[in-house]
Amino acid sequence: MTTVLDVKGLNCPLPILRAKKAIKDLAQGAMLQVMATDPGSVKDFDAFCRQTGNTLESQSEAGGVYTFNIKKTGS
Amino acid sequence: MSTPNKKMSIIVTKGTLDWAYPPFILATTAASMGLDVTLFFTFYGLGLLKKNLDLKITTLGNAAMEMPMMGMHMVMPNLVGALPGMDAMATTMMKNLIKKKGVASIPELRDLAIEAEVRMIACQMTLDLFEYSACDLIDGIEFAGAATYIEVAAQSDINLYI
Repeated sequence: MTTVLDVKGLNCPLPILRAKKAIKDLAQGAMLQVMATDPGSVKDFDAFCRQTGNTLESQSEAGGVYTFNIKKTGS
Repeated sequence: MSTPNKKMSIIVTKGTLDWAYPPFILATTAASMGLDVTLFFTFYGLGLLKKNLDLKITTLGNAAMEMPMMGMHMVMPNLVGALPGMDAMATTMMKNLIKKKGVASIPELRDLAIEAEVRMIACQMTLDLFEYSACDLIDGIEFAGAATYIEVAAQSDINLYI
């Protein structure tokens, strides 16, 4: 099951902070899909996942919306 | 198996609307990335702990400040910026931009920092110097001095001064 988090229109650091809040409530191995419009979030979700031990399984962009698929493997 | 969390401390010395952003952005982000964060509020930064935040910005002495306006960037000459009402105008413009661009407000970021259990220390000396009262400030903060900060900093991986 995938939880979807819409942070479109929000700017740094809100996408990361909202994602962290959402990940906290997930079980290990569960998926979080984040949709953002902040171009800075591309590098930021990469760094966030590395630092927190979560897995950024894929990321894509379409029409100015960045989609991140994160598997909870950390905190 | 679990390693201790990394730690970050920031000395917060500025209390204008623009300079309030870096410490709160970094504190909330670091906390969300699993770091233990301590903010030490001193001198003009102490105002960021007031219950009622009414932060302002000034163009004075800020030659690098360019406000987007009608597709261009406006730079305020100091002589004009010194006129009555200009700070209020610049503050209103900045707050409108903040809303329009989906940037969090400072009260919002401060609430998120509290929620993330960021440790906030108010400089007792500044409190005495500027005659603030502890009851003007938000709950849940500590009151201490330089030695407390140095102890935190000596154990931290990242120490910033803003």
